[in-house]
Amino acid sequence: MQRIHIIGAGLAGLSAAVTLGAAGIPCHLISLQPSERAQSVLAEGGINAALDTMGEGDTPEQHFQDTMRGGVYLADPNAVANLTGGAPEIVRRLESLGVPFNRGEHDLILRNFGGQKRKRTAYVKSSTGKIIMTALIDEARKYEAAGLIRRLPHHAFLRLMKENGQCTGVRIRDCYSGMTADLPGTVLLCSGGMNGLFPGMTTGTTQNSGDVTAAVFAQGAALGNPEMLQYHPTTVGIPGKRMLVTEAARGEGGRLYILRGGEKWYFMEELHPELGNLSPRDVVARTMYFVRREHGGSVYLDMTALPEDTWQKKLSDLREEIEHYLAIDPKTEPIPVQEGIHYFMGGLDTDAEHRTNLPGLYAAGECTCQYHGANRLGGNSMLGALYGGRRAAQTILREGLQEAPDQQPEFREMPDALDAPASPGFIRPVSDILLSGLGIVRNEQALDAALGALARLHPENAREENRLALAQAMLLGARERRESRGAHYREDYPQQDDSLRKTTIAVFADGQVHVTFRPLPERRM
Amino acid sequence: MRILLEILRREHAGAKPYVQCIPYETDDAAATVATALRQINADPGTVDADGAPVGEIRWECSCLQKKCGACAMVIGGVPRLACDARLSECGERVRIEPLRKFPVIADLIVDRSILFENLKTMQLWMQEAAAAEGRAVDTAYEASRCLQCGCCLEICPNWYAGGVFFGTAAIVPTSRLLTTLPDAVQKELRRAYRKHLYGGCGKSLACRKVCPAGIDIDGLLVNSNAIAVWRRRRK
Repeated sequence: MQRIHIIGAGLAGLSAAVTLGAAGIPCHLISLQPSERAQSVLAEGGINAALDTMGEGDTPEQHFQDTMRGGVYLADPNAVANLTGGAPEIVRRLESLGVPFNRGEHDLILRNFGGQKRKRTAYVKSSTGKIIMTALIDEARKYEAAGLIRRLPHHAFLRLMKENGQCTGVRIRDCYSGMTADLPGTVLLCSGGMNGLFPGMTTGTTQNSGDVTAAVFAQGAALGNPEMLQYHPTTVGIPGKRMLVTEAARGEGGRLYILRGGEKWYFMEELHPELGNLSPRDVVARTMYFVRREHGGSVYLDMTALPEDTWQKKLSDLREEIEHYLAIDPKTEPIPVQEGIHYFMGGLDTDAEHRTNLPGLYAAGECTCQYHGANRLGGNSMLGALYGGRRAAQTILREGLQEAPDQQPEFREMPDALDAPASPGFIRPVSDILLSGLGIVRNEQALDAALGALARLHPENAREENRLALAQAMLLGARERRESRGAHYREDYPQQDDSLRKTTIAVFADGQVHVTFRPLPERRM
Repeated sequence: MRILLEILRREHAGAKPYVQCIPYETDDAAATVATALRQINADPGTVDADGAPVGEIRWECSCLQKKCGACAMVIGGVPRLACDARLSECGERVRIEPLRKFPVIADLIVDRSILFENLKTMQLWMQEAAAAEGRAVDTAYEASRCLQCGCCLEICPNWYAGGVFFGTAAIVPTSRLLTTLPDAVQKELRRAYRKHLYGGCGKSLACRKVCPAGIDIDGLLVNSNAIAVWRRRRK
């Protein structure tokens, strides 16, 4: 059987690889660095599943409703129903792999998380991603030892191989030797978000450059909702990046305030009394932006009232991290926080079975536009990656297997137009332009100016051309969506427009980016 | 703050190594070795102390917040993560070298695949479904935090690549399975532990001092020895 080629070895890629492995189907797990270095290890607060261990009567249907509402009804309802319905089994499976979730006397403890009306988030202190990754890497090792998973852990995606509009394989480069190989067969992209478009300004890793998304976009893969990027309300600046302060800090009782007339004003509790500090991230981030604009100074996260037991059992790692990087003990002193780019709801357009528009090419995890609509709920990203990776693998098992011999990759000297990286002198202005248009608050004038500035740049190689096209797609999506919805807030169109409850579709054809809107499917009962 | 970075460079595995001295200046008191490497690579005009172009310094990085282990190297003679090594603590000059016990690929990149091969030899995976409960929850949590960065092996007086002793980078993840799996399916794992981990460890515990994640290595060792060697499961 021909190997399936998975690009990316984080949660989505690993989830797909072990699903294929369990079915006896071989795969390549291709990544710039081993799974241990993937961005998934940074995920902190937890993973959502309506396990109802807290006696609140929670159900997958309520998880569905919260996810749809949190995403302001821009997600595919059938995909979301699959996700929330599959969530309990995903978490129980992780438990059976030995993930040491925080437990009560009889079962898992679930915590509050933003935008949700029930305790639904299973967690391991505030290092949930790292701990889940360890268990999943161990599971993948079982299939690796059996020859089913073949790891290529210092290898870069270069381009898709295409014939007659179909994806027929992938070209990769061994970053150690510099040699290149063409791997024929079905391809699954699990390559993460587009942090590299905003160097130093996101909570993610340096590996998730967005180059894979840019390359396949230029090769004809469509993007969905490219304008939708999430600003997490509580991040802090550390050298080279924004560092996340987990939403669990507020889930466990942390409160946001700003000084108003010298007095602490816990603005979320007053302005959004229903969910308060645990409102969806887009709401919190936007409110922070406006109160800061009005009152000046910093917004603070106040965790000083959290009980000792919470610090010890649930947030000890968070406290250590804040003390290390900020020299502040959050147990005794509030910390200044600011919104920072954290997640890309938009990405490669896939259907509910994780097919892209190119036959033979599938995608899962943060590189896709799937599950989260206009705003992702905390706790749904790890779920989306794990569930999406598995679902994509299941789809491939049904329709993407090819009877061809499993050959060792043949690496050879083979120059490729994508060998040259984008230069710092190109990356920086693109980032500045994007930030000028894609802030928390947007308007047509700034977006037009940003598009004009992009048009004046001169890309000098193929990677820069691809990056430019991706940046244009994000800005065009934001310009054409003349409404406010979720993370996309237009001060010139502050209302939601139901006629735009559609997926933004961006395609690259004839050397240009084209943006249209596609209606969402109805929910099948 | 001005600091002279003395970087041990090598164009490729077979090339002759040389030390390049690069002056670096920053106003950021929190700047790390990772900050400096990123900034130097982002500025194609950077020159060394002799005025020669520096070019791209090859190194691996990912999370920049000491959670992924990618940027392990030897800084001032100590194995540590570049993103955790503050320049303000390094004095006026600091030597930056690749980890020495692994094959060098280029500059500060080494091939750490032996780490993962050893875990495969140990057959580290769940032999059957088992949830971490009771005391195992804390042990499994601690053991799951290992970055697989290799700092512990670099400092270990007993570990070398290709040897029978697999070192702390395997001891820690093995603890998770020893604690979580039922006794009945542990026979092979206990045997592998005694052969590849218990037998070779000289208990210098130098690893404890350099572990970037601050893992409670002593605690995990005591726990795993009790299970795999002394056949006692700690209550």
